Amino acid sequence: MSTRTLVKKNTYIDSVSLMSISTKANALDGVTNAVAAMATPMNKEILTNQGLITAEIRDATPGDLVLIVVTSDEESADAALEGLVALLDRKPAADSPDSVTYHTLASAAEARTEANMAVISVNGAFAAREAHSALDSGLNVMLFSDNVSLDDEIALKNKAHEKGLLMMGPDCGTAILNGISLCFANEVRRGRIGIVGASGTGSQEMSVRIHDFGGGISQLLGTGGRDLSKEVGGIMMLDGIAALDADPGTDVIVVISKPPAAEVAAIVLDRLAASDKPSVACFLGAGEDIRAAAEQRGIPFFDRTKPAALEAVKLTGIREEDLDLHSLNWPLIEEVRGKLTPEARYIRALYCGGTICDEAMFLAMEKYDDVYSNIRKEAEFKLGGTDPSRAHTFLDFGEDEFTNGKPHPMIDPSNRIARFMEEAKDPEVGVIVLDFVLGYGSNPDPVGVMMPAFREAKALAASEGRHLEILAYILGTDADSQDIDDQVAKLAEVDVTWASSSTNTGLLAREFVSKGDLA
Amino acid sequence: MSPITDLFSRPLSVISVGAAMFAEDIATQGAPVTHLEWSPPGGGRPDIVAALTTLSQPDIAARIEAANAEALERIIGSQPVLVGFAPALEVVPGMTKTTILHAGPPIEYERMAGAMKGAVTGALVFEGLAADIEEADVVARSGTITFSPCHEHDCVGSMAGVTSASMFMHIVENRPYGNRAFTNLSEQLAKILRMGANDQSVIDRLIWMRDVLGPILREAMISAKEIDLRMMLAQALHMGDEAHNRNNAGTALLIQALTPHILNSSFSTKDQQDVFNFVLSSEYFSGPTWMAASKAALDSAKGIKDSTVVVAMCRNGVDFGIRVAGTGDQWFIGPAQFVEGPLFAGFTVADKGLDIGDSAITETYGIGGFAMACAPAIVPLVGGTVSEAIEYSRSMMQITTATNPNLTIPILGFRGVATGIDVRKVEETGVLPVINTAIAHKEAGIGMIGAGLTHPPLEAFHEATLALAASF
Repeated sequence: MSTRTLVKKNTYIDSVSLMSISTKANALDGVTNAVAAMATPMNKEILTNQGLITAEIRDATPGDLVLIVVTSDEESADAALEGLVALLDRKPAADSPDSVTYHTLASAAEARTEANMAVISVNGAFAAREAHSALDSGLNVMLFSDNVSLDDEIALKNKAHEKGLLMMGPDCGTAILNGISLCFANEVRRGRIGIVGASGTGSQEMSVRIHDFGGGISQLLGTGGRDLSKEVGGIMMLDGIAALDADPGTDVIVVISKPPAAEVAAIVLDRLAASDKPSVACFLGAGEDIRAAAEQRGIPFFDRTKPAALEAVKLTGIREEDLDLHSLNWPLIEEVRGKLTPEARYIRALYCGGTICDEAMFLAMEKYDDVYSNIRKEAEFKLGGTDPSRAHTFLDFGEDEFTNGKPHPMIDPSNRIARFMEEAKDPEVGVIVLDFVLGYGSNPDPVGVMMPAFREAKALAASEGRHLEILAYILGTDADSQDIDDQVAKLAEVDVTWASSSTNTGLLAREFVSKGDLA
Repeated sequence: MSPITDLFSRPLSVISVGAAMFAEDIATQGAPVTHLEWSPPGGGRPDIVAALTTLSQPDIAARIEAANAEALERIIGSQPVLVGFAPALEVVPGMTKTTILHAGPPIEYERMAGAMKGAVTGALVFEGLAADIEEADVVARSGTITFSPCHEHDCVGSMAGVTSASMFMHIVENRPYGNRAFTNLSEQLAKILRMGANDQSVIDRLIWMRDVLGPILREAMISAKEIDLRMMLAQALHMGDEAHNRNNAGTALLIQALTPHILNSSFSTKDQQDVFNFVLSSEYFSGPTWMAASKAALDSAKGIKDSTVVVAMCRNGVDFGIRVAGTGDQWFIGPAQFVEGPLFAGFTVADKGLDIGDSAITETYGIGGFAMACAPAIVPLVGGTVSEAIEYSRSMMQITTATNPNLTIPILGFRGVATGIDVRKVEETGVLPVINTAIAHKEAGIGMIGAGLTHPPLEAFHEATLALAASF
């Protein structure tokens, strides 16, 4: 083993590019491990754990780039480091010698006066600062970054509100503006339904179901997951509803969120009721009080995404009888129940998408008392990301505990694959549930990367004479760049069951493992 | 119409910062998108980010803007004029027979780089303070010699910047503000004191410069009275100089202006011929002249309270120091950097000394590396491509306060050179000033081995940022 280390001072490369560089570097001749990372305290800790830290790296700052190659032999080490350095060379943005590079939002906004949106995905420690700068330059903001403090979020949203600008986020993963998808979003038909979402994959699911039911999206605005908390008070959700209310391109307004604070839900429902436009409220996991509050104001209320989407498209004039509703496949449920041993009775759900994980989990909780998760609020049902599964377990791999320092599972599936193989070995497992998110920002072939694991898991269960049910949901449309038909065909190839919506995924999972006495 | 509704009615046009992938997806969908070359502000240091936040408070920012506007008015409005030549002892404030001035921020003899030690010992021999180099080293350590930065005596010195009492100095006066700046004379060839060489040929040349070149130039300037350096510099930039490493035009213009007066001097034709041949031997002759002109202009902005504009960047071969208008005489230090560039035949990277000299005063003024677009012909000397040279001049706009309409770049539509480096902008953008410079050998006694490009260390700007934030 030989190691070469190089610290490039004051050289910044974003984490997604670094990951792609590391991946390519790991394929270089003789390389057993290659690292290209910014010298953040966390990365230094990781390098310390890997025994790769040096005094030079310890002294480096978060603005410095660390390059390390470990090779199997001394001869290839220097060439490998050179190869890694060569991978950093980025082609200029354009061939024209007149092309200009900008280093700050303010300077770019000053030069590009027609710019109207800033998409910010820098490290959370610097994100609020950049968002303030964007708002000060008169730009609407989509703030993808997470790990932004609540105080910063409130200050940003108040500033945006005063200026009449959008402040989508922090932690806003999805938006569609004027037909352009930002960050993680699906290619959907343009139409008359406007969405304001406080949850990323929830909004994606809503837009995809509306597309699937023949409807279309005018605008999809994100707010970030904390907008409907008591502290933030729904500043962005209310401004978003007002914007859609004033938008001549929007006929129907849909709001979607994980469980909101009751008092904030009431304000949002009041705002919807004040609009002349029909609206639909979808609050996953909301209690009876919120349902009653919605009904009291005459707002159609849902705690599942699929019926909410159906209601929205019906409000635009599409007739239910003309649609393929993908109703629940009871013969399939009976068939799976018949294959599972009495012992195989638990759901193990491994999700990339937080809100669609929530939806399936809430559906399971309607039926079972022993549902554990890393996204449950109640301490007695809360699992850590590395804790072993208990009974019915739902894990959201997009949570901070998995993504801190690692790319989102929609980009890098390695954490989830490892966990999947663990679950596949457990004879108490009846069904493993996985979601695959298509669209912009996602892996180009998400099902493809799981195929070896699917084959291995199925073979393992067969060798032990038991049936292992795998249920997969593909969040995507026929217009997404990843071919959804091809993804579905891949599932069939390895005998993985395909669910047609997030709601159906949750329902199928809970029914598959239902034993006679509970059904 | 609210801005949000307005957004819905116009094509989406995006500025993206962070993951390049998101910008690529937006571009794929046909929307215009600009992805920033972003790096964490303050090099990612939380204390620097906090200091920047302090400096961005509206009331503080307003004071800084006003102070910087005043600083730029003075720098741009400066009119450096060459008014004479005289020995350092006669004109340099605080100069004594046992004082040795040097480039860069303060440094003790023991810590000096090889090239600077070579220059100091050579100067001690030249001044008769030591019999030979060996003895000079003992004298330098004896405590009888006062070492002090050129910058603390209204001077600048190229490379080692070593300046002793009997060396002839340019006298440059900044007309509107009355302040003066000084620098010694170019020694021309590569094996010279300022590059660390100190053998007999070097000492002999210094003696000739003291006894012939300097006095002739002094007489010539008594006759010429004054030469407007700002106007001459503007002309040189239009003729393909950047006035740090390329001085072909400036040297021709300067000697052209001096020639009638040299011919009119009391010196022999032989002495005059020697002077002309000496000037002819290297295009660098006017290099120090532009340094003194830059120093005179920048010193007029020194001490403007609240200003974040850099008024000096210099190096002693070990440390890189900057001074900022709003913090007076305080030095902010970081490690001197390597210079990247081609080396003369026979030398390798292992021979390179670190960045050295006060010549970065030219970049501080907006010429040199900042005016590379004027001088595409310099590319073979310092490395890189012509389009990179043009891009340097453009990119420096991102860290400066203004452009100088008196010094313009033809190829950029006669836009003024980027002037007035703002400490805050360097921290916000992570863009460091670009410096065109020569490379000296790391050991004493050898001389110049190449030329190239370098940058100040970000650490010096960090120190300045913390001090500025503490001053409010």
